[in-house]
Parts: sequence; structure tokens; C-alpha cells
Amino acid sequence: MTETKTDFGTCPRLLEVSNLSTSFSAGTKQLRAVDDVSFHVNEGEVLGIVGESGSGKSITLRSIIGLSRRYGQVSGEVNWQGNNLVTMPERDLRKIRGKDIAMIFQEPMSSLNPLLTVGLQIGENLTEHTDLDKRGRKNRAIELLEMVGIPDAVNRLNDYPHQFSGGMRQRVMIAIALASNPKLLLADEPTTALDVTIQKQILKLILDLSKDLGMAVILVTHDLGVAAQTCDRLAVMYGGKLVETGNTREVLRAPQHRYTMGLLKSVPENIEPRTQLYSLPGTPPSLLNLPLGCAFAPRCAHAVDECSRAKPPLVGDAHQVACFNPVNQGQTPIGAA
Amino acid sequence: MMLKRLLPHKTQMLVLLRPGFLVGLAILLGSLALAIFPAAFAPFEPNAFNYSALKQPPSFEHWFGTDNLGRDTLSRVIWAYSVNMQMAFVATIFALVIGVTVGALVGYYGGIADAIFGRCVDAIITFPFLVLVIAVVAVLGPGLTNMYIAITLVGWVYYARLMRAEIMGQMANDYAAAGKVMGYSDRRIIFRHLLPNAITPVIVYWMTDMALAILLGSSLGYLGLGAQPPQAEWGVLIAEGRNFITTAWWLSLMPGIAIVLTGLGFSLVGDGLADLMRPRG
Repeated sequence: MTETKTDFGTCPRLLEVSNLSTSFSAGTKQLRAVDDVSFHVNEGEVLGIVGESGSGKSITLRSIIGLSRRYGQVSGEVNWQGNNLVTMPERDLRKIRGKDIAMIFQEPMSSLNPLLTVGLQIGENLTEHTDLDKRGRKNRAIELLEMVGIPDAVNRLNDYPHQFSGGMRQRVMIAIALASNPKLLLADEPTTALDVTIQKQILKLILDLSKDLGMAVILVTHDLGVAAQTCDRLAVMYGGKLVETGNTREVLRAPQHRYTMGLLKSVPENIEPRTQLYSLPGTPPSLLNLPLGCAFAPRCAHAVDECSRAKPPLVGDAHQVACFNPVNQGQTPIGAA
Repeated sequence: MMLKRLLPHKTQMLVLLRPGFLVGLAILLGSLALAIFPAAFAPFEPNAFNYSALKQPPSFEHWFGTDNLGRDTLSRVIWAYSVNMQMAFVATIFALVIGVTVGALVGYYGGIADAIFGRCVDAIITFPFLVLVIAVVAVLGPGLTNMYIAITLVGWVYYARLMRAEIMGQMANDYAAAGKVMGYSDRRIIFRHLLPNAITPVIVYWMTDMALAILLGSSLGYLGLGAQPPQAEWGVLIAEGRNFITTAWWLSLMPGIAIVLTGLGFSLVGDGLADLMRPRG
């Protein structure tokens, strides 16, 4: 799948996120789940946000679409076709949600309403965003179910979610999300709850649909393998901050941030059988108690004095990195060059 | 085929064949029949005096005996079914509708509305239910309508509290967030998606509450705050028999048995429904 990459650098920008921060009140303290994150998504491109649990990747996604505002304070700017989604009133945001920007979730078990047939659930989106009548909605629902690869779609329209397997439910969820032809799909770990063979099918489906419909995708995942296979560009998050972004191939071949390097090293590849696997030393810092400087510094073997004093800014052109002591260009993550 | 989809799974349906549930259902259906067609079952007029048969013990002519005015107790107990079954429904349905709506809204929106609601609930729940209802009836004046108003005013809180908790539980599921990111209106998310998923415990509670409403209604009737004599109502009947309890025990016992039996019917059916509706696929 990596072979089909196109250069998206020249494509117009669809979504531009600048200085996005989301914090939650935890008692008297402020928990900064997303800290000054900036990135963009080009039209038709697949952007991967990777990072471990608690790195703020899901909250970033939820902040874009306005799901976090109920629980926390969101600041910064999310530019969507000239409008700032962060300050947009809920009423206007509703017209964009589901129609222009759609989202799918991690748990296909709980993301469908157990009491409505899948046909009706697809219909819900269509009633909200299109003028189709009952008959038109039914036909569109069949079309969508076929598009996401559900066999015998006509007869499955009246089935309830519990009559579908996990992978099939995720397909249904995708069908609902795509009902009104969104331009951007936010996928919050869409394959984490599925087993490996189904994962691959769902990822391929998302990729194919993205290509066929010219739809951009932000794929949040903690699985570097998934990201490597799927994404055009990668954004690596750690401790609520973006630490490295760039073309997937470049980031994986020549990571510059020590954290990305460590992540890649911990992928068991080209190693002798029965040798100990590499793992990053230490644990991620608590978001309530982030260090003054780089959040990764306490775990970093190459930290310099500056790292504990100030937060490194994200610098660079196409391949950006936030590190005071980045990896030299010559070094490669995995022993084999 | 449609019907098959609407009903729960076969193994769950077996609950309906349990003796407890069947007995409860039989009692309820019997009670309903008596409530709807009392004239067809009652052997005498409920308020017809018969001075030649005063305070007669149970016999073949008067199965439940007669009272101090010669009125047939069985007929009065049967006629009371209409009033008491009406109590079960009317005293609870408004509380249910108001409580479910308020509970769903505060559960969904949270914030200040929820905080205010919480304080109100705390305030109302600190008072014993009966005392509060009696206080409201005392202000409004005795009678069936005022009793219904009083029970609704106090009772909706319990439904709202239950509904609020259930809605908040359902909101943890992604389908609520999914509805939001699909751009659905809050009304659609609350009433079409969350509420049907959250209503089950409320329905089960409703069954028990109907039994409690009968108890409460007859208690108020007994105290002279609910139905007014000479209307046949179980609480009123028990109160009428109170003065003769040592000489004519059947006057108070028979309506008492009717209360217990009907209450049991509601509880058994409620139990069965709880088992039937609890696990969802």
C-alpha cells in the first residue's frame, strides 16, 4: 500500500489546526491534554496521528469536531473553509458535523444504537443532512452498505447491530459516517477493537473509500504498523504535544525525534529469535505534572541541559521536529540500512 | 417476521413461562376485568342498602358478608377495583412522563440545571413520601383529583432521578457521541437514541410504583384524604369496617386482601419484566 503514495504537498489545505490546546479541570489543577498543537490536512490525504495512550491524540480529534468543549476548555484555531470551528456556535457546527466532517469510533460494539436497525441508523444521517424521502433514504442506505462491502445489503437493512460481527459493525459505522459524502473523516482508532485480519480489511476499506471519494482522513492510532501502511503523512504525539510530523516514509526512514526513534526501535523487526525486545525506558509523564521542558526529556538518553529548561518548538519545513538534540541524519532506526 | 424481530430472544421469553410471572399476569388481568366491567361481576349494587341483612357474616348469598347498612361487601370490593386500578395508572403516569422528560434533559445537559435538580431532589427525598403527599393534599383539600396531583408532584422526582442516572450511563456509549458528530439535534439524540435505551429500569420501577400507588391511594382513602365515602374504595372500605373490627372482621379484611393480591400481581409482573428486559443483545 505504501507504493501508491502521491505528493500531497501541492494540494490545497482542507483543515488547518493552529495552536490548538485543550485542558480539563482536575480538582484545583489544570490537566493539559492537548498542548499547542498545529498541523494541517490536505485534500484527499490520509494523516496519521500516532502516540501512546494518554498522549492526547483522541482529544485532539475530539477537539477538532467540538466534542471536547462540553468537558474542557479548548483554545486555538481550527480553520475549516475559512471558519474557526473552535469558536463556532454549536448550531452552525451541527451543519458541518456529519455532512462535511464525519467521525468513526474505536468500539464498534457501542458506537451503534442497539435498538435501531442499521437501515434506520443510516437514515438518521440522511434525514438530518439531505432532502431524500423515505424511499430515497432506503436506496441510499443499500448503496452505502454495498459500498462498505456488506454482502446481501438489501436483506441486512432491517437487521439490528447485534446481528453483525465486530468488523461488520465497523463497516456499518463507516457507512453511516459516509452517508452525506463528508470531505474529512476522523477515525479514532477504528481498528483497535478488531482482530488482525479484520483490521487489515477495514483499513483497506477506509483507504479505498478515501481514494474513490477524494475524502481526507485523520487516522488516530497507537499502532505504528497500521500508520505505516495507511498514512500519507504522520504526526507523532507525546505528552499532549506534537513532536514530529512529516511524510510517512521520511519519518519512518529517518526519524529525527528521539521518541519516534524509540518507538521504531521497539517494533520487533529483523531481530534474532529469543532476544529481549527493546522497550522505551520509563513511563509517560502524568499530564497533571508535566516537566517544565520537553516532556520526553526524563526518558531520553540524549537529553541536553536545554531539554529540561524549555519546551522545544516544532521546527522544520516539510519534516518538522520538536527536539533540541535531534537524531543525526546518518543514523537509522533499525540496524539494517 | 416483523414481530419476531421486536420480541426478545427465545431464551429470554422463557421468563414469561415462569409460574410467578403467570400468576402475576393472571391476577392483573383478573383485576383489570373487574375494574373495567364491575357491573358484570358484582352480584349487588355497591351502594344498595338492605336493612334486612345488617352485618351478616360471609354466606352463600353474601360471599364477603354485609356491612352495617346491609351493603354487600363483595360488590363493594369489586366496584372499588375501578377506583383503585385507576389510581395505579393515573397516580403514576403523569409522574412517569414528567420525571422521564426532566431526568433525560438534566442527565443530558448537566451543568447548572443538573445541580439545581440535584438540590431539589435532595430536598424532596428528605421528607418521607407519605408525609409530603399528605401535606400537599392538606393544602389542596381532600379528594381523588387532588390526591393524584399530590402524588404526581412528589412522585416525578423518583422517575427523574432514575432516568437521569440511566441517561448518563448511556451517554458513556459511543453512539451518543456518534450522534453528536453526525450533526443530529439534541432532541433527536435524547428522545430517539438515548431514551429508548434508558427506559427499561423506569418501566420496571413503574410496575412496582403502581402497586405502591394503590397502597398510597388506599392509605389516603383510609385517612379520609383520598376517595370520599360512600364511594367504594379499598381504603375507605377498611376505614368503614374499623368500628366493627371486633364484631364484623370481614368488613376490613376483604378489601385488605384485595389490596395485597393486586399489589402482588403488579410486583410479580414487574419482576418478570425486569428479567425479560434486563439483558440486551
